Amino acid sequence: MMFPQMQGWTSLFYKEVLRFWKVSFQTVAAPVMTAVLYLLIFGHVLEDHVQVFDGVSYTAFLVPGLVMMSVLQNAFANSSSSLVQSKIMGSVVFILLTPLTHWAWFAAYVGSSVVRGLVVGLGVYAVTLFFTPPVAAAPLWILVFALLGAALLGTLGLIAGLWADKFDQMAAFQNFLIMPMTFLSGVFYSIQSLPPFWQQISHLNPFFYMIDGFRYGFFGQSDISPWVSLGIVGVAWLAVSALAMHLLRTGYKIRH
Amino acid sequence: MPAVSIQSVSKTYATSKGGFQALNHVSLDIAEGEFFGLLGPNGAGKTTLISILAGLTKATSGCITVMGKDVQQDFAAARRQLGVVPQELVFDPFFNVRETLRLQSGYFGVRNNDAWIDELLESLGLADKANANMRQLSGGMKRRVLVAQALVHKPPIIVLDEPTAGVDVELRQTLWHFIAKLNKQGHTVLLTTHYLEEAEALCNRIAMLKHGNVVALDDTSHLLQTASSNVLQFKTDNPLPASLAPLARVTGRVVQLPAQNASDIEHFLATLREGQVVMEDMEIRRAELEDVFLQVMKGAA
Repeated sequence: MMFPQMQGWTSLFYKEVLRFWKVSFQTVAAPVMTAVLYLLIFGHVLEDHVQVFDGVSYTAFLVPGLVMMSVLQNAFANSSSSLVQSKIMGSVVFILLTPLTHWAWFAAYVGSSVVRGLVVGLGVYAVTLFFTPPVAAAPLWILVFALLGAALLGTLGLIAGLWADKFDQMAAFQNFLIMPMTFLSGVFYSIQSLPPFWQQISHLNPFFYMIDGFRYGFFGQSDISPWVSLGIVGVAWLAVSALAMHLLRTGYKIRH
Repeated sequence: MPAVSIQSVSKTYATSKGGFQALNHVSLDIAEGEFFGLLGPNGAGKTTLISILAGLTKATSGCITVMGKDVQQDFAAARRQLGVVPQELVFDPFFNVRETLRLQSGYFGVRNNDAWIDELLESLGLADKANANMRQLSGGMKRRVLVAQALVHKPPIIVLDEPTAGVDVELRQTLWHFIAKLNKQGHTVLLTTHYLEEAEALCNRIAMLKHGNVVALDDTSHLLQTASSNVLQFKTDNPLPASLAPLARVTGRVVQLPAQNASDIEHFLATLREGQVVMEDMEIRRAELEDVFLQVMKGAA
């Protein structure tokens, strides 16, 4: 075996994928449904009032934002809820007793979160095709930002899952941090339409760059260069990954 | 090389009232092939010691090696040697029994392990539950799955933390039959239990813990010899004479008086007769591990 320390990580990865797939009605179908409701309601109400990019209808503009929002929220939900649940149920002990290293934990939890994020994202995208025709000006950018965004949120979910002892702490993390940051990142609008002060604030939100870069892949237009977004999201992911690895290596809240 | 070597392990937990010392320089070795019993009252530090051995907890000082591998420095190699049955009845509600075992096997890097998984299911009476979801199993069945999970990677050392707590007689028999068989095949077994008759019957060596200290460590047979060899036991409704009361263990109507030799017994009987104590079902029996245990715990106070 070339990487003996990585032995067994695929089993943990497989377990994490199987876990959400067994309850896919709740973990895949439900978020797709939510995103479609957003599209129906916002698209219907704002279609005639908002024009963000030239030659792009509001509904078409909204699609990448909704897809990315679903990718991000579900990637976060996957690792965080799995960890909190296994900590509360006590079944995390079965993983703690194994020779799996912190690399293996990281790869498995983040990897499975990426899978869940992409599955939900694809589901949302597939349904939007009933409302607006597909566009993909730069498909590689779509893929890069989907992967990187899912990885970043999966890693944040891992950190939140290690930190939280109870479901309500988890809900606080989700409702007061993840939700505002996704909603205030330009899912439903271009930040060009905001007053200058709020534009400045939005530039501090890493989620903004994920959605902006992702949208560039669809329309070839964005608020800022996709390369800048890639750099910022990439650095953000490396930073949270370093923190997650540190917590896993030291057994933060799992090995006392 | 001992299978498990515990060298001066201490553990202090930080609590709101300052540090609580769960283990105080505990040292002991378990040889390969031994059936070793770790006994002690609740809160003595048994589970803490097992948690440090399994890597669930970090020692404040001291170290533990498993087949020569340090449980912290070389944790992956150490954990491959260990099969730990946790005390709590935990399970993952998403999976059925076979999936649970396949996944656990995979975590240890052991693939294509179905032959051994089938054998485990068969030996533990789980064969007809292989496809049942974990949630649907009774407490006893869940306990069997915990044992199977611990053994799925064929570890040479098996650690059982109170495996028979709240378990019916049939499962206890099945479990001990199976564990004893594995021990005969060469597996080292480390057991904690509150059922002292089980420890007496199964363990060839015993350590007793109290307040985080080892207060006895010897072969089971030696422990039984060195302690009071006999016990005078009877039932009565009368109060005991003042001179005997501190020596006696009273459970309802049953009185037990540990005795070193025949003259102790004569002395007890004479004192009881003087005190006009009416005895029923009087017997003199050999000391059991429970008597030794109580004596050691009292002595270590």
